[in-house]
This record gives sequence, structure tokens and C-alpha cells, in this order.
Amino acid sequence: MTAADPAQGPIHAFAIGCSAGGLNALHAILPELPEGFPAPVVVVAHLGANDGGNMAAALRRDCRLPVVEAEERLPAQAGTVYIAPPDYHLLMEADHTFSLSADAKVLNARPSIDVFMESAAEAWGRSLAAILLTGANADGAAGMAAVKANGGLCIVQDPDGATAPEMPDAAIALGAAHWIAQPDRIAFLMISLCRGRGGGFPE
Amino acid sequence: MPGRASNLHAIELDLFLEALARRHGYDFRGYARASLRRRAAGLAIKLGCATVAELIPRLLYDDSLLPEVLSGLSVPVTEMFRDPSVFKAIREQLVPVLATYPRINIWQAGCATGEEVYSLAILLEEVGLLHKTQIYATDINDQALAKAEEGIFPAKLIEKYTENYLKAGGTKALVAYFSLGYGFAKIDAAIKQRISFAHHNLVSDGVFCEVNLVVCRNVLIYFDRQLQDRVLGLFDTSLSRGGFLCLGTKENLAFSAAANAFQPVDASLRLYRKRQGVPPP
Repeated sequence: MTAADPAQGPIHAFAIGCSAGGLNALHAILPELPEGFPAPVVVVAHLGANDGGNMAAALRRDCRLPVVEAEERLPAQAGTVYIAPPDYHLLMEADHTFSLSADAKVLNARPSIDVFMESAAEAWGRSLAAILLTGANADGAAGMAAVKANGGLCIVQDPDGATAPEMPDAAIALGAAHWIAQPDRIAFLMISLCRGRGGGFPE
Repeated sequence: MPGRASNLHAIELDLFLEALARRHGYDFRGYARASLRRRAAGLAIKLGCATVAELIPRLLYDDSLLPEVLSGLSVPVTEMFRDPSVFKAIREQLVPVLATYPRINIWQAGCATGEEVYSLAILLEEVGLLHKTQIYATDINDQALAKAEEGIFPAKLIEKYTENYLKAGGTKALVAYFSLGYGFAKIDAAIKQRISFAHHNLVSDGVFCEVNLVVCRNVLIYFDRQLQDRVLGLFDTSLSRGGFLCLGTKENLAFSAAANAFQPVDASLRLYRKRQGVPPP
């Protein structure tokens, strides 16, 4: 078993990226997570500059976990869903606190899924699982590849059935998907992964 | 645990920052690392280096590289009237107070290529205060400062900024403050003449004047807590009693050592006012 083998050790943090159609996919996943879920869940979604609060509010209504906007210099805590604020890049520092940046858009996106996932891959290494959902561009594929290269686990929404398959397709084409799953299976996978991933893909 | 590659990246970046600080006196070690790592990696690519580590010998032995390195590490990205609601609040809530002063001093720290400081000057012109205002616009990046001082922007961008300008309460046409030609827009001399552009390093330089308003938006997000505290202390020292502080809308004063020195004017817009009679931390 190599250091980069994904099939070992529990997951301590989750990163989720999505774009077009993402809110519906998130609604299929996040409300299924139980109270006291033992890892932080960080969501980076492409939104209009003024939509961020709306998405957090929409998710908050249906989630058992608290849903908050990620704030600079605050630690990512287990059992909380963090949403990247609109019009900033969100990054994860080595000490697991959030950073923001107003740097140029990447692949026309800010927040950029690639930017977050690349930094999260460095910060969490093998204890990170990254999930890429529906979206109409290629953001996130490079980020997923970075997660994989750092030993993390990558789950991609099945493009068959995604509102916009381009984003999951791009990650799969880069070879950055360990597992491909429908959104209604992903919450179950997340819960299992917190206990360990020795058994591979749970049936 | 992070993977091996990550550790390597962290080591490279540490060594690069150490070289920059000790060889050239520019200390970025108090910057938040995640975005700095991206910038350093971008700089390496731009300068034809395969890794950040390869930048180090060039940084040590080639002095001519420094401006480009500083420019690459402080990648200025800004737009005019970004967050229009902030400029609207300045217009509606700060201007009535500032108008009562015989002279207004303003410090914009981290002015990058000038879009924001010109926005502020245009606002002050429209409310009839610019003639008695002196704005000090400072940055660490001389290449950006030179661009800011030129005040020339692609004309297309001015069209794009117009929507922001109107949302911010602008009463004319944004383009009226520029002369147009060859696809570019040059800021009017009357707006520019109240602004002094100067090199200033928030990491190592001190306070240089007393001001009534400090505008420093989306600069502190790049700093770690300790450096944030230092810089907020500088602002506190620089502000006159009752002076105003305007931070970026995602910058959080609440956890800073300087939090007690300020009271919110509009907390959600990160507009603060220096309390009277509280000594700096």
C-alpha cells in the first residue's frame, strides 16, 4: 500500500464543489448528515455576487448541521457546514483555519473550486475527501487531482443524471475520481468515511 | 497528515520568504500562506522557474528581479466602487461628519492600481469635499503605484464600473471623470491632484500622518492574526479622535487586539469609528 493509497484511514474533512444545478444536489446530501457529524464540510459553489446569503439560508432551513459562511482566520470545526463567501476565493491554511483572497478569478470563477481544493489538499492531505458535483465548466478538476495527489479521496457526482455534466466529466477525464456516485448516495458515503475507509466503496 | 509534496511546498515557500526578507528587507512571513503559495507558484511560472525553490538563487543574486517579485506577490486586483453599498454608506454616513472638518486627511493603505482611491476621490468631489481633502494612497508594490498614478484604465472597464458607481449613489456619469481616447480612459487631473501616491510597507513602516479616515480593504485578509493586529494598531495610531476606519466586507475586526479601540458605524459593511479616549493596545 503506497502513501497515496486512498483506501486507508478515516476522513476528517470534506470539501464539496459545485456550480450550475448545485443547490439541488446539495439538498440531496447535506440534510442527510446527522447532528454531531464528526468533520467540517466546506462548500464552494459558484454564485452571483449577491446570492451567497440566500444559499446559506436555503440550506440552513433543511440541515441538521449549522450552516455558516466561512470567515477568515477562523478554524474549520467538525459538525459545521461552511459556505464560501461570494466574490472571494476561500483557502485552507495548514493550521485548518480559513483564509480569503480577492485575487483574480480562476477559470472565470471566484470563489474557485480549484483554489480551495488545492489548498485543502495541502492542509488535510489523506484525511480529506473532496466531492465534485454538477456544474457547467471545468473548475474543480485540477483541485480534485491535487486532492488525489496528496492522498485524499475523490468522489465525483455521476455525470449521468447531473444537471450539468461538464464539471464531473472534466474531473473524471483527468483521472481524479476514486468513486462516482449519485447525490443520494453521497451522504451515506460521507458518514461511512468518517469511520474509516479500509473497506473501499461501501455497498 | 499532509502529503510529502505539501511539506516540500511549505519548505520552499519558507526558504523563499526568508531569502526575500533577509536579502531585500521585504518581510512576507506574516502573510497567510495558502494564497501566498499560489502567488509564489504563479511567479515561478512567470519567471520560467520550475519550482519556487528555483526562484531563490535568482532572488539572492539578481537585484533587478525585486520589483517583479513584489509585484507578483502582491497581485493587485481591484475594481472601481467594488461593494457599492460601502461607498453609499461612506456617502451617507461619513460624509456629513467629514464635511464639518476644515481639512480632511485620508489614508488609503494598499491602493494597488488605484481603482478604489479614484472611486473615493470621485465620491468626495460629488459631495463637494474633495477641494479640502488630501488623500495619501500607499502600497508596497511600486509597479502598481506607478500604474495608479498614471490613472489610465481600459475604457471598457469604465463602462463595467458604471453599474457599481450608480449603485453607490453616483449622481453623474462615471465616464465624465475621464478623458477618452484610443480605447483608454484617463482620470481627470482635478480628481488626481488631491491624491499623493507613496511607497509604504504595512509590515515594517510606521505611521506618517494623522488622518480622519483610513480605507484599507481586502489587504488584512492576506495577513496572519499577528500582522493584522500590528496593522490595525497603526491605523488606530494614525486616526484622529473620532476618525473612521473602513475595512473589506469580509475582514473581521472582532477577534483583533484593536477591537476595543473601535465602535461599529455599520458592522456588516465593516465601517468603524475610533472611540474617544481609549489608549491603543
